[in-house]
Amino acid sequence: MTTPLLDINGISAFYGPIQALRTVSLHIDTGEIVAIIGANGAGKSTLLMSIFGHPRISGGEIRYNNVDISGTPTHRIAAMGLALVPEGRRVFPAMTVAENLLMGATPVNDRSGDADLDRVYQLFPLLKERRKQRAGTLSGGEQQMLAIGRGMMSRPTLLLLDEPSLGLAPIIVQRIFQTLRDIADSGVTICLVEQNANHALRLADRAYVLVNGDIKMTGSGSELLGNPDIRRAYLAGA
Amino acid sequence: MDWYILIQQLINGLTLGSVYGLIAVGYTMVYGIIGMINFAHGDVYMVSAYLTAISIAVFTFFGISSIPFLLLCTVIITIAITSVYGWAIERVAYRPLRDSTRLAPLISAIGMSLVLQNYVQLAQGARNQGVPTLIDQVFRIGDGDAFVQITYLQIIIISVSVVSMILLTFLIHKSDLGRRCRATQQDRIMAGILGVNTDRIISITFVIGSAMAAIAGVLVTLYYGSFDFYVGFITGIKAFTAAVLGGIGSLPGAMLGGIILGLSESLFSSFVNTDYKDVFAFSLLVLILIFKPEGILGTPETEKV
Repeated sequence: MTTPLLDINGISAFYGPIQALRTVSLHIDTGEIVAIIGANGAGKSTLLMSIFGHPRISGGEIRYNNVDISGTPTHRIAAMGLALVPEGRRVFPAMTVAENLLMGATPVNDRSGDADLDRVYQLFPLLKERRKQRAGTLSGGEQQMLAIGRGMMSRPTLLLLDEPSLGLAPIIVQRIFQTLRDIADSGVTICLVEQNANHALRLADRAYVLVNGDIKMTGSGSELLGNPDIRRAYLAGA
Repeated sequence: MDWYILIQQLINGLTLGSVYGLIAVGYTMVYGIIGMINFAHGDVYMVSAYLTAISIAVFTFFGISSIPFLLLCTVIITIAITSVYGWAIERVAYRPLRDSTRLAPLISAIGMSLVLQNYVQLAQGARNQGVPTLIDQVFRIGDGDAFVQITYLQIIIISVSVVSMILLTFLIHKSDLGRRCRATQQDRIMAGILGVNTDRIISITFVIGSAMAAIAGVLVTLYYGSFDFYVGFITGIKAFTAAVLGGIGSLPGAMLGGIILGLSESLFSSFVNTDYKDVFAFSLLVLILIFKPEGILGTPETEKV
């Protein structure tokens, strides 16, 4: 058996007295698209953020390429080949679009330069038009594109996305998921966390269901899409 | 009111204002990045005044007689040592409290300020110290009773301040380091996730602020010639006022606030009352905090999401 790219092994995490993750285990293999679905407050964002040490996990281990990274300083993690597109996008509002993208190249010591910028502009031509505009003046969808583009600037092996569809119009969501498919096809492993289970399960090879900080179910994307419990809990109206 | 007195006061005010601006940079950058007022910053400036005097004495002792060379050595040494002070203060007094309540580092800063004052008082004595006048040339425009005079030192102070501010603005807006500073300021956690060593950026911010205060320290010490262990307090609060006036967190705001404060203080003391010039400056602070707390170039707190 090959070692997974990311192996999360029995991790727990707390926010003050509140336990957000209860011995969660999951793994992501190279080349996969993995979705983690769950309701608001299930611990999805905590799971992704804890990979970067916010918060630090209080038990278990996070192995990336077979190295335990659970104690690694936050700023060293991106350089190992992980990139996070966080919840709420978190673009730098007072910086231009181009500067935001350049920030994404920090893990590779700003070496990436024009070739990577061009690659991102190809994924999202709109960003090229807006490159001199302040990120804070972009619409939600444009900011999401910028956040994904920023993540791609470091040429990550594993791209982690936290609710890329949150608060966006259906047409934009469709476009973003199409782009994620293109990114995956170019050889990047993707892990995305979503409340929008419908889109996420259609895109994903495999998926996990997170409930109250605990993995309750796992299976292929299509299996979970067909599961009546999942349909009732996460796909109501879909 | 005579025109030449007005012009003279504008020149004096501009000189004073440039210095306030240089020191205000330290307050505004630290506030921008970690959201705390570094109340020890004025005392870092005070330390640089002592370092100026010591450097001049030491370099003169070793036989450096060329005044430009002497001043260059003094500036370099003062900036270097003052920066180490700034770095060490952050490391010792603020970093361990980074994740505690907002009030804790503020109290620690006041403590640090007292530590520095008392340490300098013990090490250097409580008496006024002074440096010799090294540059006494003067430009004089006009004749008879109606003249304006600009000292060479005033020209040096204004031009050094302007050049320093331009270099700093360039550093912050055009370099990779500056971009990382701004990213850390806007979203520290996200900057860290993107690979920025935010602890190092915070240290660099303290070093930059201290270096600017050191430049101000050298200039003011040469200008006034005398100082004591307590000068950091009043000058620090004035520079803080300048930072608030311009909009705390804003770099051009610090310079603008400094110049406005310097000019208005100078005009007030010349045309109204010299004894009340500090009262005037602090009344200004109170008025800004009441009517325009975000300052001239600052953004209102509510915009932060």
